[in-house]
Amino acid sequence: MTNNTASNYPARILEMYKTMTLIRAFEEIAEEAFDAGLVNGSIHQYIGEEAIGTAVCANLRKTDFILSNHRGHGHAIAKGANPEAMMKELLGKVGGTSGGKGGSMHIADFSVGMLGANGVLADGLTMGVGAAQALVLRNVDAIVTVFVGDGTTNRGPFYESLNWAMIYELPILFVCENNTYASSTSTRKVTAGPGPVARAEAFGMPAYDVDGNDVREVDEIASKIITNIRNGGGPQFLHAKTYRIKGHVSRDKMLYRPEGETEANWKNEPISRCADWLIKNGISEAEINSTNASAYKEIRDALEAAIAAPFPDGKLAYKDVQDLGNRYLGEHS
Amino acid sequence: MSMITMTQAAAVREGLAEEMRRDPLVWALGEDLSTAHGGTSADQYLGLIDEFGDKRIVNTPISENTIMGAAVGAAVAGTRPVADLRMADFGMCAVDELVNQAAKIRYMFGGQARVPLVVRQAIGVRKGGAAQHSQSTEAWYIHTPGLVVVAPATASDAKGLIKSAIRTDDPVVYMEHKDLWLAEGQVSDNPNDLIDIGKASIMRQGSDLTIVSWSKMALLSLQAADQLKSEGISAEIINLRSLWPWDKDTIYKSVSKTGRLLVAQESVQVAGFGAEISADISENLNHSLKTYVRRIGAPRTPVPYSEPMENEYRVTTTRIIKKAKELFSAP
Ligand SMILES: Cc1ncc(C[n+]2csc(CCOP(=O)(O)OP(=O)(O)O)c2C)c(N)n1
Ligand SMILES: [Mg+2]
Repeated sequence: MTNNTASNYPARILEMYKTMTLIRAFEEIAEEAFDAGLVNGSIHQYIGEEAIGTAVCANLRKTDFILSNHRGHGHAIAKGANPEAMMKELLGKVGGTSGGKGGSMHIADFSVGMLGANGVLADGLTMGVGAAQALVLRNVDAIVTVFVGDGTTNRGPFYESLNWAMIYELPILFVCENNTYASSTSTRKVTAGPGPVARAEAFGMPAYDVDGNDVREVDEIASKIITNIRNGGGPQFLHAKTYRIKGHVSRDKMLYRPEGETEANWKNEPISRCADWLIKNGISEAEINSTNASAYKEIRDALEAAIAAPFPDGKLAYKDVQDLGNRYLGEHS
Repeated sequence: MSMITMTQAAAVREGLAEEMRRDPLVWALGEDLSTAHGGTSADQYLGLIDEFGDKRIVNTPISENTIMGAAVGAAVAGTRPVADLRMADFGMCAVDELVNQAAKIRYMFGGQARVPLVVRQAIGVRKGGAAQHSQSTEAWYIHTPGLVVVAPATASDAKGLIKSAIRTDDPVVYMEHKDLWLAEGQVSDNPNDLIDIGKASIMRQGSDLTIVSWSKMALLSLQAADQLKSEGISAEIINLRSLWPWDKDTIYKSVSKTGRLLVAQESVQVAGFGAEISADISENLNHSLKTYVRRIGAPRTPVPYSEPMENEYRVTTTRIIKKAKELFSAP
């Protein structure tokens, strides 16, 4: 459990500040790469939502699993994936997290328990349930965390997963990142009832509302409920309110968004809020500045390395399909 | 009546709007249909909410099973829904409602009910779409008794087929190509211009070889025909448009004339629709064939992301040409 009166508490928050800044830098520089035509596919940015993945993963161990969604860059970095390998994946280069097979929506790093971003909404939920079953079966002392968007709480597998997790008392944390939008649709307009917390509580699952733009608040609650899960308390639900600062996807012009809404929400973005708190609590501005500089340098270097890296051989398209039948793939001559 | 230049996405939108004006029981449902974007990818529904209101342009939650299931229920209950599942990849979330319900209801209830619905689900590789946003699953549905399957190649196909699909009394899977949404073409503004389902279009007459294809591959085959012509091969290009039913008459006639058949498809070749066409022609037109039937399609791998691998995966004009020439070199 976090003890926010402990003398090392500001140092803990500074660590999270570093992670958030690294994610922000990654998303901004990935956008530059996209605009420069270096990214083969599209990207979904996590800008403004960094505090959630960061604070949740700060309370996880390397042996814990996370399952992510289409907006997964931040989750991956927070769980310890290598940003340079991720940037290489975006550019489809050798050394990418999936060797260039997957791209932005399929970043995974099994070595740090990041079991994959996902292109299909809600599939991370059901697979997360299974991963938790596996931990129980294998008697491993670890937990599973699944990240899910607000819009995705209207898919059936969301309910199946919550119900299942409860009846088998699985070691799983559901984190709903409520950025108020599902693509171009305002989630409120297509969602009945009071929202995700009430939905989780309907299954008897302990559920908590947090300000997802306040890294300290997310950390405090995440720390408490993750400890509960580790102690056999069963599934828990964290509802983090935030805002999607950028468009849904890299090409989104956001014509549906009311004027001024983005700007108003930008005032509440988590990184400057965290910086303000750190400065009030004994961390120097110089330290903040050097943290920012080194995060941006790390990601710039990652992009440079990704640009310099070779493309994989096209024939690798035929690798890793499955064990049997590889003689009959029908390779183009 | 005149011809107007528009994108395929706009052509479908026009066709849908005309049918909605003609029949008040036609309506559409799906994610993001009524926002300023009107179906996020290519303005497929732009402005329809203003003309038809929110009872007929229904912006749904992210609930694929219910989008599809509701369309089935609404169809048996006397309306004509157009369900948009956006991409064939997400359409998989609702295969049950489509295959176990929509396709079966008329038959298993002894003809008491009809299921006049259209389900839009886009196919095709879109640059960098990778494994879960680039799949072409037409063969799944052609294999399913009870379903009609169409796949337009041109803007004119797109409009005529959506109109005919809406007027069809059985479920129609309407598979547009994501890469063609913004491709422009000439479209008739006459609301009575339909394209008969089951009728192929001969895009180019030829005498030496028949290339049968659909969707984007029909356009690549047309390019291939230009190149082949300069090398002295006259290729007849057939754009199927409708995959089930498919226009056997047109193909039989063409192959009887040319004696050579190549089927070009973008989807995985193994167990794809090209296999059915090839087998059918081999069984029924063997006497007219000068050489055995050839197919070209994607290898049996998921769609890779990185450009060189994606290029390795793709069926290209060059590959179609190369395959076409094989029909003239080997016996
Ligand atoms: C099953 C499925 N349906 C639709 C889509 C298309 N899609 C991708 S992201 C998205 C919106 C998701 O909204 P939300 O869950 O709130 O996550 P956010 O993008 O806001 O992080 C949609 C509709 C998809 N990828 N998978
Ligand atoms: Mg959202």
